[in-house]
Amino acid sequence: MHKEFLMGNEAIAIGALAAGVNFVAGYPGTPSTEVLETVAKRNPGNVYVEWSVNEKAAMEAAAGAAYSGARALVTMKQVGLNVAADPLMSLEYIGVKGGMVIMVADDPGPISSQTEQDTRTFAAFSKVPLFDPSSVEEAFSMMKEAFDFSEKWGTPVFFRATTRVDHGYESIEIPDVEEYEKHEAEGFIKDPSRFVIFPRLSVKNHALIEKRNAELSKTLSEYPRNFILPASEGSRYTGHRAIATHGINYTYVMDVFEGKEHPEILKVAVPFPFPEELAAEFLKDKEEVLCVEELDPVIERALIYVCGKYGLTVRIRGKLTGDIAPSGENSVDSVASALAAYLRDDSLRCTAPELKDMPELPVRPPVLCAGCPHRASFYAVKQAMKGQKAFYGGDIGCYTLGNAQPLEMCDTCLCMGAGINIAQGIWRVEPDTKCFAFVGDSTFFASGITGVVNAFYNQADLTLVVLDNSTTAMTGHQPHPGSGRTAMGQVVDKVSIENVLKAIGLSFVETVDPLDLERAIDTVKRAQEVKGVKAVIFRSPCIAIEKSDRKASVNAEACIGCRKCINELGCPAIVLEGKKAKINASLCTGCMLCSKVCPAGAIGE
Amino acid sequence: MQTVQDFKEVNIVLCGVGGQGTILASRLIADAAMNKGIHARSAETIGMAQRGGSVFTNLRLGEEIQTPRIGSGKADLMIAFEPAEAVRMLPYLKEGGAAVVSMEPIMPVSAMVGASTYHLEEILTYLKEHVKNLTLVDSAEAAAALGSAKCLNVVLLGAAVRSGSLGLSEKDIEEAIRKRIPEKLLGLNMKALMYTKEKE
Repeated sequence: MHKEFLMGNEAIAIGALAAGVNFVAGYPGTPSTEVLETVAKRNPGNVYVEWSVNEKAAMEAAAGAAYSGARALVTMKQVGLNVAADPLMSLEYIGVKGGMVIMVADDPGPISSQTEQDTRTFAAFSKVPLFDPSSVEEAFSMMKEAFDFSEKWGTPVFFRATTRVDHGYESIEIPDVEEYEKHEAEGFIKDPSRFVIFPRLSVKNHALIEKRNAELSKTLSEYPRNFILPASEGSRYTGHRAIATHGINYTYVMDVFEGKEHPEILKVAVPFPFPEELAAEFLKDKEEVLCVEELDPVIERALIYVCGKYGLTVRIRGKLTGDIAPSGENSVDSVASALAAYLRDDSLRCTAPELKDMPELPVRPPVLCAGCPHRASFYAVKQAMKGQKAFYGGDIGCYTLGNAQPLEMCDTCLCMGAGINIAQGIWRVEPDTKCFAFVGDSTFFASGITGVVNAFYNQADLTLVVLDNSTTAMTGHQPHPGSGRTAMGQVVDKVSIENVLKAIGLSFVETVDPLDLERAIDTVKRAQEVKGVKAVIFRSPCIAIEKSDRKASVNAEACIGCRKCINELGCPAIVLEGKKAKINASLCTGCMLCSKVCPAGAIGE
Repeated sequence: MQTVQDFKEVNIVLCGVGGQGTILASRLIADAAMNKGIHARSAETIGMAQRGGSVFTNLRLGEEIQTPRIGSGKADLMIAFEPAEAVRMLPYLKEGGAAVVSMEPIMPVSAMVGASTYHLEEILTYLKEHVKNLTLVDSAEAAAALGSAKCLNVVLLGAAVRSGSLGLSEKDIEEAIRKRIPEKLLGLNMKALMYTKEKE
């Protein structure tokens, strides 16, 4: 054993390695990405790791491994679970042989996501048991329990952590590599009555799942991580009022009560199947319970249900009663305020020093990096389409940031790959609009290809713009099928985006460097004149990977102070000094796009 | 000699703009604490905001701490890599808490294209009026003197040690730097650590 300061996601990965995981697959997505990266980095050598093309592929590959008796881990963010929902819903009916843990990172806030969906709700929907850790340490320890549980009950299990656990850090004790468990896979044993899903098998297994989950509810009432923390000794809160909570919220509650007396607290680490008997025991002498939860009111609804089932008269408060915010992320502050109101004790509140008349602060949303080739791509399309009625379908990735001023080149963004068929739908309704769909290289492989096939087959008229920076940039540069590298570092044949598009049947497929602005504009102009689905591939590496020593600089004497470089490009490296543009050399990568925009020729290397 | 038992809880907010090196600074403090057997927890912004957005880290040192996040008015120390971000995070600093702030503004694109405003003088005045234990660091001058802008994080760490609110010594941080920073950059980082001391 040794101690390390670890990120929650690293601890989850090490927990899986220590539990003898054999097979790990996933698709990157904040805040889940570091789990798979850590497995790849700390691989003792006997673990297979892959970045799959998307979450559905990862889920299916992991299912195959688990059918064969291997311990399998699959990782994704919450919206990725939607992509993997199809195999998952059926997999629960089939079950697994080797332990299979589905690690899903939820994102209250949301900080880096499209939705505030709650995987705990998905657990009830899919009937899959779910583990919900509160801290980095608990995430590490719980992983082995999740694998053992999955194997014992023959079901995949969810391991759901939220951003503050995934991206929290803590110094914790972890085993050395020699102490990791070893798990041997038995191999796949043919048994169509078990592995082939037909209606007859489904109805039989459905009944078994319901029976098992009822039994699990009893078993989980004894699981030590579902527990009742008694009120602190001599507490004035004895009886009557209590708190139910989970995940990171448990730590917020404990922080608020640090050094103070606290009421009884129910901590729910496995909310599905819900530990009913434990909850009934907790509720029996209470008048009122406040549920401190993030995302859906899962515990709150379960407690209301338990009250009804056991004939208890306890007032259950939380999100449904307006005591806890229905959306958004909780914080120490928000939990402290809720507890202060509930317990009628203002001393529990967090009080900030009095800060009157704060100066107006600049808003600072994330932006495309200085030198990002996506800026040039967006600018080229914008220039090519000047004065024409055009629609720009955006997608999920760094290039979503193309929505901001001054580029404003992202009219819609829904989910991964959606921009292509949204453009198709808009064009059908508004055929006089030139429709564009921007998609990144990793997104193209993840879910863009089917969209292009659909648009091509259904005779749409749109221009696909693939922003190929040869990496999955937003999540921290993971490889993908077009990058020629795997998660295990193998160099493999690249899947060519051009060849895929030509094979679909597109007659216009041209690749151009977006930083060659004139050619880029010309290519877009020619592409959009062609009927049907056509594609422009803007290929230029992510500047965070291909470091450059080139720097642009402004000749102050030549600069006419027109601000065109600033107002048209919005590059964070260009600022105004007095009336003249100035380039921040520590940010500039020398992409030289600004020099091509400058009407006075004042920007050079 | 200070022991783990003597160490009282220290809560630190680090803030700045994505890409400035706040994460490495928090890691060095956590390393230094751990080397002394002090428990560390932290929470930070990772993800989209790292692309030039406002970022923060909550770092908490001490045995009794339950959560990685810090409530309003609970931080003993703020290390701000950018003055506007310092003001944004002021509600977390407790009455009488210390702040180490880089004076060099980073203009957001939003302010350059007129979608928001940046009043540097007002911001600096506000900090001076509201933080008694305030160290303003002229990071442009530091970068010129050190010949590199890349070790702003260590310059600020040095000032944080000298604010008296970090609960760790110069030597503790020095040891952490030696363990984490590559050999060829050690000299520069040691100079950066001492930079604000030599300015006194």
